Amino acid sequence: MAKIYSKKTVVSNNNLKPKKEVVSFLLSYSKALSVIKINNTSFEIIAN
Amino acid sequence: MATIQLTDALLVQDYVAGNENALAVLIKRHESKIYGFIYSKISDRDISNDIFQDTFIKVIKTLKSSSYNEEGKFLPWVMRISHNLIVDHYRKTKKMPMFRETEEFSIFSIMSDDALSIENKIISEQVEVDLKKLIEELPADQKEVLMMRMYQDMSFKEISEITGVSINTALGRMRYALMNMRKVIDKHQIILTN
Repeated sequence: MAKIYSKKTVVSNNNLKPKKEVVSFLLSYSKALSVIKINNTSFEIIAN
Repeated sequence: MATIQLTDALLVQDYVAGNENALAVLIKRHESKIYGFIYSKISDRDISNDIFQDTFIKVIKTLKSSSYNEEGKFLPWVMRISHNLIVDHYRKTKKMPMFRETEEFSIFSIMSDDALSIENKIISEQVEVDLKKLIEELPADQKEVLMMRMYQDMSFKEISEITGVSINTALGRMRYALMNMRKVIDKHQIILTN
């Protein structure tokens, strides 16, 4: 019977999730960011 | 009520149209896959979080600037971005390797304090004093060349110009100066080591 020689990773990857703070930062960043394109140049504007 | 699962493509479309909730759904849907992928390569939770964040910042910027070409491949595209950021991360750390203290590896094995201990400092000062005394014993012409070479860090060309002798003479005087000093050291059995 074939043996599997490779080691199993210690932590299963399925349960891994980024920190809540990271996700909430991304959502707020997305809300605050607007990109305006003027003549092939894009300007990023972040609302306070 | 049954909830209809919108496809990634539709969510992306919604998000580009201004629906911020669509991004939340997209992140929720793929976060464990993307984060797991990053973590599998990095094995550090904090760095993985940073790369995850940078990945989505790129995603958000690209989507908001309408330069994303939807071909029904949202997840592979995000994975590609995170893959590139992982490569960047390794490039950076290669240039500036980071060492972490483990049981087998102590950070102090590669870090050391170059400063001399008090005892060594005293010895070193004593050696300097002895050396100066030895130099004082040399004939004037040899002493002059040795001082210029060792203490003023001048080249033999400069020494020869200043003293008005040829380079060979300056070299010869230096040689004799060292030989004479060695002789005195041997004769009196002076120890000049730290």
